[in-house]
Amino acid sequence: MTPSPASVVADPAGLADVTRSDAALRRFLHGLPGVDQVGADARAAALSTRSIKTTAKAFAIDLAVRMIDLTTLEGADTPGKVRSLCAKARRPDPHDASVPATAAVCVYNDLVGLAKAELGGSGVKVAAVSTAFPSGRASLAVKLADTRDAVTQGADEIDMVIDRGAFLSGRYLEVLEEIAAVKQVCSEGGADAHLKVILETGELATYDNVRRASWLAMMAGADFIKTSTGKISPAATLPVTLVMLEACRDWRDATGAMVGMKPAGGIRTTKDAMRYLVLVNETVGTDWLTPDWFRLGASSLLNDLLLQRQRMSTGRYSGPDYVTVD
Amino acid sequence: MARIEVRKTYKLYVGGAFPRSESGRSYEVADTKGRFLANAALASRKDARDAVVAARKAQPGWAGATAYNRGQVLYRVAEVMEGRRAQFAEDVQRAEGLTTRRAEGAVDAAIDRWVWYAGWSDKLAQVLGGTNPVAGPYFNFSIPEPTGVVAAIAPQDSSLLGLVSVLAPAVVSGNTCVLLAAEERPLPAITLSEVLATSDVPGGVVNILTGRVAEVAPWLASHMDVNALDLAGVDDTALRRELEIAAADNVKRVRRAGHVDWSADPGLERVRCFLETKTVWHPIGV
Amino acid sequence: MARASKPKPFEYAPAPESRAVVDLASSYGLFIDGEFVDGTGGALKSVNPATEEVLAEVAEASEADIDLAVKAARRAYTRVWSKMSGAERAKYLFRIARIVQERSRELAVLESLDNGKPIKESRDVDVPLVAAHFFYYAGWADKLEHAGFGPDPRPLGVAAQVIPWNFPLLMLAWKIAPALAAGNTVVLKPAETTPLTALLFAEICQQAELPPGVVNIVTGAGPTGAALVAHPGVDKVAFTGSTEVGKAISRAVAGTDKRLTLELGGKAANIVFDDAPVDQTVEGIVAGIFFNQGHVCCAGSRLLVQESVAEELVSRLKRRLGTLRLGDPLDKNTDIGAINSLEQLERIRHLAGVGDDEGAERWTADCDLPAKGYWFAPTVFTGVSQAHRIAREEIFGPVLSVLTFRTPSEAIEKANNTAYGLSAGIWTEKGSRILRMAGAMRAGVVWANTFNRFDPTSPFGGYKESGYGREGGRHGLAAYLDVH
Repeated sequence: MTPSPASVVADPAGLADVTRSDAALRRFLHGLPGVDQVGADARAAALSTRSIKTTAKAFAIDLAVRMIDLTTLEGADTPGKVRSLCAKARRPDPHDASVPATAAVCVYNDLVGLAKAELGGSGVKVAAVSTAFPSGRASLAVKLADTRDAVTQGADEIDMVIDRGAFLSGRYLEVLEEIAAVKQVCSEGGADAHLKVILETGELATYDNVRRASWLAMMAGADFIKTSTGKISPAATLPVTLVMLEACRDWRDATGAMVGMKPAGGIRTTKDAMRYLVLVNETVGTDWLTPDWFRLGASSLLNDLLLQRQRMSTGRYSGPDYVTVD
Repeated sequence: MARIEVRKTYKLYVGGAFPRSESGRSYEVADTKGRFLANAALASRKDARDAVVAARKAQPGWAGATAYNRGQVLYRVAEVMEGRRAQFAEDVQRAEGLTTRRAEGAVDAAIDRWVWYAGWSDKLAQVLGGTNPVAGPYFNFSIPEPTGVVAAIAPQDSSLLGLVSVLAPAVVSGNTCVLLAAEERPLPAITLSEVLATSDVPGGVVNILTGRVAEVAPWLASHMDVNALDLAGVDDTALRRELEIAAADNVKRVRRAGHVDWSADPGLERVRCFLETKTVWHPIGV
Repeated sequence: MARASKPKPFEYAPAPESRAVVDLASSYGLFIDGEFVDGTGGALKSVNPATEEVLAEVAEASEADIDLAVKAARRAYTRVWSKMSGAERAKYLFRIARIVQERSRELAVLESLDNGKPIKESRDVDVPLVAAHFFYYAGWADKLEHAGFGPDPRPLGVAAQVIPWNFPLLMLAWKIAPALAAGNTVVLKPAETTPLTALLFAEICQQAELPPGVVNIVTGAGPTGAALVAHPGVDKVAFTGSTEVGKAISRAVAGTDKRLTLELGGKAANIVFDDAPVDQTVEGIVAGIFFNQGHVCCAGSRLLVQESVAEELVSRLKRRLGTLRLGDPLDKNTDIGAINSLEQLERIRHLAGVGDDEGAERWTADCDLPAKGYWFAPTVFTGVSQAHRIAREEIFGPVLSVLTFRTPSEAIEKANNTAYGLSAGIWTEKGSRILRMAGAMRAGVVWANTFNRFDPTSPFGGYKESGYGREGGRHGLAAYLDVH
């Protein structure tokens, strides 16, 4: 628990000190409290036994729908595919207007303009994956140009990837500066795109690294921290999300500022979604329990939520023919 | 004219020193035919208390010594005893009324017993401990540890072999011991204490009292800083019960009295009596 | 606290486990010689501590009943069980393990009803461990000559076993499984306030077609236990419970040839260093003292925190405690259930009051206590010193005493400064320090970077006044074989 990251970061001068050099940054990140893997896994597993029934389940299903970044990130994506995704995001269940819209759609850069047009004034945001997603293996100039492209097309949110190679080889300052540079592009020309920083936790290998990367991203100005691209296995897991949520909580304790959290990849069922919401509810608390501060990066999850919702409203089990395939 | 022999003064052995009883008392020790042999110190409850204090003080250091070191110390006891074999044989013969051959046999067996236990010091943890395959991501192992201070009432019949057979298994694992010698046959025990004092056994690891079981044992049994009690030499059944009741006050581990053939292979039973098992868990993760 | 002042948009709806899986009779007799028989003594009422509702009446075994039970156990021992091959004994134990798994939901619900513990604990901890324990010892029954106790280790005969109310069925398993595996027969007395799962276990013995008399269950209170322990036909006494009663039992068997093992109280130190993995440490502290309402002999009831991080750790701990859910034990989301009895509740209240009087600072998690039943909110005392009674006496409830230390040697000194020695916890990321601290603890179980983990292969038991003998693992066999 020493040196207390809290006190260092709370003091702006201290924070500047921490990011002054690779060595100072390294000392700070490695001074964060360790994460015991077995303990973190056990805590996440214990919370996943929560039984969410009836009114709580109905509340959680709608909340989960509202938190979804409805995602398509395929090489085969077409305007048609994105159009139907946008329609689904605006009105997930064509037969039931009481189903809320999702938080956002998440697409590749070249489809941002189309998605923006489709979603119009619906309030559904458009998120773009930038910075040479998913590998992040490109020069900084290319990454910034990639981001700029998405922002100028009107992306509301930028989902960037960190340079895992730099992180794993200990070049923390490089990672931090790259995030900060992308962040700057997000507000170029009067734009105000929110920056989600993807840690790609499946490549970071340890929870200690996940905690360090979370802090690094927040120090660099991330609005959200996000687990995964969805292209690497494992993608989001409950314990990784737990560790990142704890980082968000500690960051707020230290700085007073909130950072959002987005697990992405592998979240397919209502039960999965309930577990993430329980995690938020019982670790960082209800402040994060809104689409402003918590998102679920998913695609097939939405239909399962709709099936469960139909089951709850009709009292009988529904089937795949009663939700739309997009 | 025959030379006047220089007689030995038999004293207590406490904390590595040879004090007289704080009470200033002694009692006559005779051979099996009733002939006067010596005046032995008649230990009091305060002597017992002092012995427990000395044993407690010595315990962490003795338990903290390496098993290899404890084994060497015990082997050294055997070496030094071997050098005084004749004296021990004479002591045992006079104490127990044995033939020379049988007395020598008892001494040899006592020396060999030290050797047997010496070799156990660095094997107990392997034989009595181990890892436990728990159903989960934890490394889990159990190790034997000494229970602490053992008070032992030495066997009344076998004045040397019986005593060594009670003492060695208690101390080999890192316990320290307060031992009350056979009431009517205490002299071999005192000679042994002279051996202990000169064989690298740290002061206080073994403390030997001479005196009356009925007087001293209850103080040891009720002493709240004694962890275990060996009642090998308590022949009186009523006293045995009384001592066990007193021992309950701080949940002492009690090795009850019972017939033992001291010449037989002792096995590990007496060692195990004065061991605790500690089990340690730790997660396995990255 | 924050929890009280903020709205809770995501309030979990009640998720009660159905109690319909349990078929309770209005009264129960004693299980002697394979049959349920009426006792000749009085009757006791077993109460649901969460509602104060009477669940059933159970017989209070008299001395005559005890005599019958011991004789039945003796007959079964001489005529059947001691003659049966280990391989055949094993099969009975495997059968029991399987039936426990098959009837796990019923056992879990009944345990929570009778004991007050949360269903998630009886379902996920107690009952699975019961099955695992029988499974583990079943495998030993035909391998005793390989257990390290000589070539032909013999059973002791009839074992009298007296168990507590905190883990009724699990303690039964810890007692019966090794006893039977080693070839003994048993007379077991469950606790006065939690007899029901033991009686259901008797039914399981019938389903397993265990030979009559091998397991006998006699219900009752203190006098029944005393009569059982004192019965001259008993060869072995095994007791889990308070140190006070353990000492009395030890005195009762003094001068006899009865073997005795005791698993008694504790006042474990849970030691937190400044480099501990903080979030898991907080969880470990919670698991250490609030698991099973703190009705755990090895509970981490004394938190020893390095002074430099004490304030931060305690504030994180309090925040975490604010999320604990206290209430209906049958609700699957309940973290803290009911205190097992009014008597125990009063003891906890009394000792917490002593903490106030001694000047320690009391903090209580903000949670509503149900109107009926026996409840005590999770409580933390800070500013506690070694001299305080709440740092020395076993409270056996959800009450944590927080003390601080400055150096490792001070932590060791304080941790060991107790008459007890059952367990200890160590939290640090430094490997060599873990091993040094683990070695220095005068305690039978040391959890490093974890707490309150149990496994049938893992020996459990205390140093000093926490008792002697081990339960679990190869070591646990020694208590039921003719070896010292």
